[in-house]
Amino acid sequence: MGLSSVTNGLVLQGIDKRYGQVLAVSDVNLTLPPGQFVCFLGPSGCGKTTLLRIIAGLEMPSAGRVRLDDKDITDRPAHQRNFGMVFQSLALFPHLSVGENIAYSLRIRGVDRAARRRKVEELLELVRMPGLAERHVSQLSGGQRQRVAIARALALEPKLFLLDEPLSALDAKLREAMQVELRLLQKRLGITTILVTHDQREAMTMSDLVVVMDQGRVQQVGPPLDIYRRPANSFVAQFIGISNLLPAVMDGGDRLTVAGALFTVAGERPASGERPMSGGRVTLSIRPEDVHLFAGTQTGPNRLPGTVTFVRDVGASVETYVDVGGETVVQVAAPKDRPPVSAGDMATVELPAESCVLLRE
Amino acid sequence: MGGRALRTAFLALMLLLLCAPLVVVAGVSLNAQKRLLFPPEGLSLEWYGEMVTSDDWLGPIGNSLTIAALSALVALSIALPLAYALWRRRIFYARALYAIGLAPFILPPVISALGFLIFWNSIGYSGRIENVILSHGIFLVTLPLVTISLGLETIDRAVFEAAATLGADQRTTIRTVMLPLIVPYIISGYAFAFVLSLNEYIIAYMVAGFTVETLPIKIFSSLRYGYTPVMAAVSVLFVALAALIFGLIGRFGDLPKLLGAWTPEKR
Amino acid sequence: MSEVRPASGGLLPLIYPSVMLGVFFLVPFGIMLAVSFFHRIEGGFYEPAFELANYQRFLSAFFLEALGISLLIAGMTAVICVVLGFPFTYLLTRLRRRHQVLWLVLLLSVLSLSEVIIGFTWSVLLSRTAGLSNLLVWIGLMERPDAWTPGLTAVTLGLVYLGLPYTVLVLYPPLSRLEPDIPEAARTLGASPIRTFFTVIVPGQRRAILSALVMLFVFTLGAYVIPQVLGGPPQWTLAVRITDQALYQSNLPFAAAMAIFLMVVSLGLIGLVLLLGRERQRAA
Repeated sequence: MGLSSVTNGLVLQGIDKRYGQVLAVSDVNLTLPPGQFVCFLGPSGCGKTTLLRIIAGLEMPSAGRVRLDDKDITDRPAHQRNFGMVFQSLALFPHLSVGENIAYSLRIRGVDRAARRRKVEELLELVRMPGLAERHVSQLSGGQRQRVAIARALALEPKLFLLDEPLSALDAKLREAMQVELRLLQKRLGITTILVTHDQREAMTMSDLVVVMDQGRVQQVGPPLDIYRRPANSFVAQFIGISNLLPAVMDGGDRLTVAGALFTVAGERPASGERPMSGGRVTLSIRPEDVHLFAGTQTGPNRLPGTVTFVRDVGASVETYVDVGGETVVQVAAPKDRPPVSAGDMATVELPAESCVLLRE
Repeated sequence: MGGRALRTAFLALMLLLLCAPLVVVAGVSLNAQKRLLFPPEGLSLEWYGEMVTSDDWLGPIGNSLTIAALSALVALSIALPLAYALWRRRIFYARALYAIGLAPFILPPVISALGFLIFWNSIGYSGRIENVILSHGIFLVTLPLVTISLGLETIDRAVFEAAATLGADQRTTIRTVMLPLIVPYIISGYAFAFVLSLNEYIIAYMVAGFTVETLPIKIFSSLRYGYTPVMAAVSVLFVALAALIFGLIGRFGDLPKLLGAWTPEKR
Repeated sequence: MSEVRPASGGLLPLIYPSVMLGVFFLVPFGIMLAVSFFHRIEGGFYEPAFELANYQRFLSAFFLEALGISLLIAGMTAVICVVLGFPFTYLLTRLRRRHQVLWLVLLLSVLSLSEVIIGFTWSVLLSRTAGLSNLLVWIGLMERPDAWTPGLTAVTLGLVYLGLPYTVLVLYPPLSRLEPDIPEAARTLGASPIRTFFTVIVPGQRRAILSALVMLFVFTLGAYVIPQVLGGPPQWTLAVRITDQALYQSNLPFAAAMAIFLMVVSLGLIGLVLLLGRERQRAA
């Protein structure tokens, strides 16, 4: 990322977290520059929430250090870190009103009543809920609770804003609206934000930087498009949207064999590691929307003939599953951009050289 | 449908069974005659008057109320830290202590009663009201212990973590988040213990029955050595007090949840 | 998760409860256990000794009669309470929440009633001058009012009344957690509500029913006031005998031995219920 020499922002060094025999987080090294919107993305149980809780100070790492702006904060307890956090359950205080929830951090610091009221009004304005300070938490809708939790976390103008899947409980429509709103809010405040999510769409649309995790390890770090275009390994390729993964054998230079056909690969290099040797086994990854589909059997470079096994029409686009010598290639296109093939027809897929990404086995 | 009529009839029968003795006693308490008669012959509040004026009855009422108020406090003082410690860390020692806290209430009370009697006799300090208060306090620990544990379990633990990220240390979290959230459970635990102490007979009798007369002891001895309608009046008072306290819990608290129902909100 | 709550101070809040429960509960039990082996001195005292004489008296007709009547009364009461209480609790949990709360307030009020007051109210209800028999005479079912106390029936009635709210509270949690889908599924399969109750609900709650029976049995085993108020000496249970020995016969060692016996039986039965509960959890 070219930021390795800059120590501003949050730095995680060799973080391990062990629960008995289980290694929940394993050797995580990350540098998160200030002012960015970062997503920790991964399936459930991948360690992303544990990592966030370590950053918040709610868990102690078994090994490694946490640094913020060049200061070691590993041993600082959560209540002395001043990081705003929004929990998955939101964790609003059920015995307090909206205003009292938001002003909680100010009250326990002894901020006087008038100043608290001003800050509450300002924050409610910020989350677009003006005038609801007196409401009881139980009288709020799901979206409103979300906003109160956000406002409460921001009351102390924290250095870091941490969100643990706060949107997962919302229905799809509200979730998208909140995603946009959260992103706008973050841009306006310029606050370094970490969002934990298992929803790759959420991560792709919201963040400056995505950290993909699996089995306690960081699999890839990068801007969303980079991760989408150049997945570092087959886990990332598969987790970020549907991907076609085909076994291939290197044939020297930019050429390789896939399902018996000769391929050339151009454009993007694999995101990590060097070129495999000739004869080495690799995985070729290509996004369904980058695949071209033709009716009938056609030959040519990067083309694979096969049989259509299944067509799934989802309205705005059509997915076509083509069996090519035992491997399935999925192609997605708008209805008007595809040949009218249906299950059982012969068809040919073309995997353009510039869209293919090689992943090491 | 036959099932529906049967259901209503059964519930009505149960209502009758549960209420019949109460109705009879209420009727007897209003009897103008000093004899035990039902239905009452002539209505009078005379016996209620006697209840609140005669020292014969005011003494036991006062004793009972004092013992109930203080023993419930003793029970609460033991239950609160125990429930809290157990909730924080489910270590074996805390679990064992919890089981000991449940035991006196589950075992037949006569066992605890005899244990207390022998204990106070052996240390040569017997027959005092504080003996009854302490004995009742131990006997009734179970009630606040159960309600407070229940209350703590209903709290989303993330709430405490939220308080920590907002800058609250442990002490502040307990004061500003945990205690306010379990106050209803503390109150109902106290109320349960209070009402049951008020009505407890055998322990009070064994521990200090000959020197500290509580209301149940007084009623029992009247029952044996001479009927008076004041007994009925006092019983009505106690039923009314219990109904009032539980009614308040039912009105302001979540009675079904306190008694172990899940997600009662749906119904 | 435990990291947030620091390890230090985990035992600190337990000091006071330990002292209180230790000194005022465990110590009294220890002393009682010791006293049960002591030697009684005629005239009201006892001296430290280790003899089984008090336990040997369990073989006497006096004790066996008390034990027999205790078991009989407790068994009958437990069965009647569960037979009445189970369908009642089931219906209660199907009621609307507001109505449930009203019933629960009534049940708790009855539950908290002193055994003494319950004994008194039932003695009134079963008396010749003010009791139910007057009502029966009035509607013409009886020639002239009669006293139904003291006697085994009166004792059982009083104990059922005492135990019924308790039964409901024991059965309330499992029955209120019963999935409403289950009876509904049975209904869609063509079973009438009553058939559903007997073929689906009751078999599904076998363990809850057994637990309730045992809890009620233990609860009634300790009854003291009602056997005395509503019954005569033939209905005097172990609890009555224990009190009598302790306070009036001044034979604390024998009373203690009987109390220990009662405790062992109760703990054994409660242990059985807990064991059943654990099996259920494992099966689930």
